[in-house]
Amino acid sequence: MLASRASNRNVLRRVVQTATSSVRHRAWRHAASLRGRLVTLAILAATLSLAACLRESSDDRPTKGVVAAAAASASGVPVIAPGATTSDDGQWLMPQKDYANSRYSSLAEITPENAKNLKLAFTFSTGILRGHEAGPLVVNKTMYIVTPFPNYLYALDLTKEGAPMKWRYDPKPAASAQGVACCDVVNRGAVYYDGKIIYNTLDAHTVAVDANDGHEVWNTKVGDINLGESVTMAPLVAKGKVFVGNSGGEFGVRGWVVALDAGSGKIAWRAYNTGPDSEVKIGPAFKPFYEQDKGKDLGVKTWPGDAWRTGGATAWGWLAYDPELDLLYYGTGNPGPWNPQQRPGDNKWTSGIFARRPDDGTAVWFYQWSYHDMFDYDGINEQTLLDMQIGGRTRKVLVRAERNGYVYVLDRQTGEVLSATPFGFVNSSKGVDLKTGRLIYSTDKEPELGKVTRNICPSSPGMKDWQPTAYSPRTGYLYIPHQNLCMDHEAVEANYIAGTPYVGMIVKMTAGPGGNRGVFQAWDIVNRKEVWSIPEKFPVWSGTVVTAGDVAFYGTMDGWFKAVNAKTGDVLWKFKTGSGIIGQPITYRGPDGHQYVAIMDGVGGWSGAIVAGGIDPRDSTAALGFVNAMKDLPAATTKGGMLYVFSL
Amino acid sequence: MSSRSERPLSAAGERALLALPLLALLAVAAPRSRARELQAAPVQSTLTARDIAAATAFHGRVLRVCADPNNLPFSNARGEGIENHLAELVAREIGATVQYEWWAQRRGFIRSTIKADLCDVVMGVPTSFDMLLTTRPYYRSTYVFVTKRDAPYRITSFDDPRLRRLRIGVQLIGDDYANAPPSHALSKRGIIDNVRGYTVYGDYAETDPPARIIDAVAKGDVDVAVAWGPLAGYFAAREPARLALTPVTPQIELPYLPFVFDISMGVRRGDVFLRDELDGVLVRRRASIDSLLQSFGVPRVDRPAAPNVS
Repeated sequence: MLASRASNRNVLRRVVQTATSSVRHRAWRHAASLRGRLVTLAILAATLSLAACLRESSDDRPTKGVVAAAAASASGVPVIAPGATTSDDGQWLMPQKDYANSRYSSLAEITPENAKNLKLAFTFSTGILRGHEAGPLVVNKTMYIVTPFPNYLYALDLTKEGAPMKWRYDPKPAASAQGVACCDVVNRGAVYYDGKIIYNTLDAHTVAVDANDGHEVWNTKVGDINLGESVTMAPLVAKGKVFVGNSGGEFGVRGWVVALDAGSGKIAWRAYNTGPDSEVKIGPAFKPFYEQDKGKDLGVKTWPGDAWRTGGATAWGWLAYDPELDLLYYGTGNPGPWNPQQRPGDNKWTSGIFARRPDDGTAVWFYQWSYHDMFDYDGINEQTLLDMQIGGRTRKVLVRAERNGYVYVLDRQTGEVLSATPFGFVNSSKGVDLKTGRLIYSTDKEPELGKVTRNICPSSPGMKDWQPTAYSPRTGYLYIPHQNLCMDHEAVEANYIAGTPYVGMIVKMTAGPGGNRGVFQAWDIVNRKEVWSIPEKFPVWSGTVVTAGDVAFYGTMDGWFKAVNAKTGDVLWKFKTGSGIIGQPITYRGPDGHQYVAIMDGVGGWSGAIVAGGIDPRDSTAALGFVNAMKDLPAATTKGGMLYVFSL
Repeated sequence: MSSRSERPLSAAGERALLALPLLALLAVAAPRSRARELQAAPVQSTLTARDIAAATAFHGRVLRVCADPNNLPFSNARGEGIENHLAELVAREIGATVQYEWWAQRRGFIRSTIKADLCDVVMGVPTSFDMLLTTRPYYRSTYVFVTKRDAPYRITSFDDPRLRRLRIGVQLIGDDYANAPPSHALSKRGIIDNVRGYTVYGDYAETDPPARIIDAVAKGDVDVAVAWGPLAGYFAAREPARLALTPVTPQIELPYLPFVFDISMGVRRGDVFLRDELDGVLVRRRASIDSLLQSFGVPRVDRPAAPNVS
């Protein structure tokens, strides 16, 4: 989302100078000195408040709730959906560990008592210096790593000392894809299936590579970079099909999910996320829970004209699958590229979640997290499939820490919202109406071009973006790595795309209440409240993993890889990596029978673009305003791309 | 060469007066100061541009230009665009040869190209574009209404009630919900259902993807399009149907929405030397540049040095 947009240095200059290039400079100087004084005051105020924050929140210490932790971990904690979990804890076969997206491992050699003894086992440099968002796979004593563009796949031999490289596969993606991809050129990982490593390339191909020798088995073009489509997500394989979704909602792309035959790579079906029912695969089997989602061709009718054709609703996040219900779940991205005022209506099926049949894509239900999105709240985060006791009976639920700031618990058979609870400071909405399922927007925060709106929380990347949570059935807690950011919409700035000048909103992100921009949080799903949290200076843009040893792992953007007591939030151990971390930790059992933990560093992504993209910190509205909140990141870390593996 | 703060007022100096209330309105929303930039006005060089050109040409000087390979009328890989011709002119003038770095002009273009040191100049950006240090403007154009010449209507204003029923095409950008100014002007007036968007990116596999919005007028898919002047002027002249271009009014919709923009070349911040060199070329070769723009049918709202179509 790195727009080529100007910084905020002078708002009025843009509009005025844009229209009239020759304003007398005396007037400028006068205005400048006046504003200069205001800036001094603002800096003073900011410094004071920052100092206060630093006093309040020293790093590494849980803020509260240690007592509650002990009480909540008794009986009645939700279990991972039985059909969607795996007992294969020695390996790591899919990015989210299992179909339930639990990121939970039953390995327990590493414990709160011994975690302090963790040591580096081996490292590996990918040779790429962009944002590394993927986690490794471990299959048959081999570790597989996918890099950001140009999307190399490395195989490392875990049976040999230092895990030397077995082979490297280069898919040779189109170089022009770099210019097309939004938000850095990341890749979120590969999946193992039936002797093949399967993953997506930035230029919208899905490739299958022989896990033994690294030769390409099939390579299927699933999207068109010439239309602005790219693919950054990690695929999921179920019932012999590979499920892939596109990115590029900002470019006027129409979102879809495609199913490929895992053996041949042939496309079996494609379901669009906007448009007529026939193309969305909505038919008699479609039974959404709420009234507003019932009706014919809502993917057309909830848009003006044919705006649905370029309406976004891409699917660049996480899929989950429940084999017992035979339902595939995934979220959809925000609507685009129209300004909200030019697309009145719910804009279906954007910023919501679909349940589909994996065999043919038939839609079974849909729920919209953020109808008529105004804040760039993509709805693509992961959903964790759990079975839990509610009102005396077992409900099959999915739990979603959503971008709009709420932890949702949905009945995953029907799409009914059972609860929606804010997990941080939210003021862009006032809650979710459980009768209608509707998000209740705050009318005073509605962005409009040229209107100054301050302190919109959460900001565009949401309370939590793509970075996946983990769930421990031992504690009943969801471990949520997330942001604590708000944003200001400050008037307008001149900009230019493909020869078309225009003015855009100046969006500036700032730290939310407390001053820390990131949080690693344990969330009690049953009692719907925070148990403990660790404030972090920068957004926590890494994924997490939690184990039966009651240890959770995550990384920070300034390059600390941390082991945390899953019950109390005490930091047990930490290791300083070369670059900041936005990857996904995994854990596995090595050929020697011992537990290992692996993480990739390599700062980047939307949040880390200031480093990976080498952006001038003065371009405070760059990366859609994210750079404003990350000005100190270049002083804290540099580019990288390294695998680190630890053991006791 | 004059330093930036000593530049003469352009033909539109009187419009500055018009904009002063706007300035006052927005001052509250603009806490940042321009003072630093003004103080950092370049030190005058005693060398003339020609001296430098002579000295550097000997060593095979290269002017590295980042440009879109498929974005006429601005640039293409065959060197047929306004900005290709301008690059050649500038390079000749400073004793260099042009070397292109091709990159689709989308979000991230500036970051991935000139900011990544793949080139030294981007030939066209708004003069007030803050990511780069910009030269003096070399033209000012406007958004225009494009209709068939024989259409029974000629639209000049967004307030024309006929816009409520005509089918209207607008350019779509999609930058965090910002769009081209006409889109905002229409939605502000509640003109929504009869508006169709044409993304400026289009299908990049096609030739001249931004032309689709003008094609739509010629084919009758829309009754009127609102497009950026240079693009409209160039493609309208190449359509089989005879099209009419009418500048939109107002030029600035208060409080914030301009439809006219000054266009400059952009260099990296701090590259004052090159900026001044380019400024010198713009002054010396103003007549040639005006002719170039005229040959591409660029609608001007400033006053070219050379005679021009109105």
